[in-house]
Amino acid sequence: MRYLTAAIAIASGSIVLFGYLYPLDALIQLRVMLTNWAVIVAAMAVLVGVANLVLVHIDKIRRTEKNSIYGVLLIVSLLFTFGAGLVLGPNSQVVRVAIDAIIVPVEASLMAILAVTLVYASIRLLRRRTDVMTVIFLVVAILFLIAVMPTPAGPIPGDFLLLQFLHMFSDGGARGLLIGIALGALLTSLRVLFGIDRPYGGN
Amino acid sequence: MALIIVIIAALLLVAFTLLRRRSPAVLRHIEAFERLSHAIGLAVENGTRLHISLGRGNLFTARGASALAGLAMLRRLAERTSVSDRPPIVTSGDASLSILSQDTLQAGYKAAGAEEQYRATTGRLTGLTPFSYAAGTIPVTRDENVSANVVLGDFGAEAALLAEAADRENTHLIAASDNLSAQSVLYAAAQDPLIGEELFASGAYVGAGPSHEASLHVQDVLRWLIIIVILIGALLRFVGASF
Repeated sequence: MRYLTAAIAIASGSIVLFGYLYPLDALIQLRVMLTNWAVIVAAMAVLVGVANLVLVHIDKIRRTEKNSIYGVLLIVSLLFTFGAGLVLGPNSQVVRVAIDAIIVPVEASLMAILAVTLVYASIRLLRRRTDVMTVIFLVVAILFLIAVMPTPAGPIPGDFLLLQFLHMFSDGGARGLLIGIALGALLTSLRVLFGIDRPYGGN
Repeated sequence: MALIIVIIAALLLVAFTLLRRRSPAVLRHIEAFERLSHAIGLAVENGTRLHISLGRGNLFTARGASALAGLAMLRRLAERTSVSDRPPIVTSGDASLSILSQDTLQAGYKAAGAEEQYRATTGRLTGLTPFSYAAGTIPVTRDENVSANVVLGDFGAEAALLAEAADRENTHLIAASDNLSAQSVLYAAAQDPLIGEELFASGAYVGAGPSHEASLHVQDVLRWLIIIVILIGALLRFVGASF
């Protein structure tokens, strides 16, 4: 069985890869078909993931674990929105209210907390690690903030030059990091394509 | 051109893997992986848990590679913690990744001869959007007797919330992402951030096999090739050659 799953994965991966590199009609059709199948499987995976989430919280409630009341809230909200979406459709007013009046504001609040968290983390950074790179990181962050922040007197003199100077280093550094990440991603994908890493089929 | 790079990388990977089977590689010291090894031992002895957060890397996008690197590491961590009373908890923000994390956990236990330890509820989908994922993951750090957090995969700036939660609970945190925003916030917020492609080196450092060590060598070779090409290109442009 494990050889079969590996063979299917390797064949599918190779077809999709060569479909990108060699845009032949037959390969493109196969690639599109496989990608469509993958989209359907991914949609089913969401249902499985949500079912797993419900099971985790039912288990927490059953054991009366700490903060299990949030599990009750999650399951009730999930059933309500899932039921409303199923009966009324995803574009109905009720479902839109659930998204626009609850999910969006909650996520925006988390974004606001994130801003505070980052300021706090930056303040503590020198206590956590005191080395040259940390000092450079903080100095660049502060200079960048000075250059982009609005002031009552208008832009700070020389802000354009400062930004140009910072971008020269940050763009170069970012490109270097991205090249490294791309190489890492390429090699990781090749290991999966060769069947060396098999994160599927219980191997 | 892309095909040539893929073929060169594939040939080098095979060659270096065969070479590494005969002689294991000597890897440079990375503090974060040293601490991870220590944290695993401590978690097993203390009866606490590891929490592994695999991020939101959708396997149908270019971000999927970081998720695959996370899964390779998870496999080794599952094997190494299989003797613990408390199995590690894996959280992810993508449904397919969540299923693969369950499968990988099960495979890790099976390889360690402890398949009965596996629980499907230890591989969890905690949210499908960046902040819902963070909000769903923070309680795991707080409530599940976690002593070390491994945050490894595709994240955005929300990774800072996970780092802050780990810090507040006084638990250990090792963090790596393929996303530049996440890398910068983790540099500020995490105790042990991994920068750039160090995310993809995690398998080699936890002993996932010679192919992972070979991957590092191939990356080094390709990196030098790219540096040489960039320098030659800059030189040609400097002397006024058009190409």
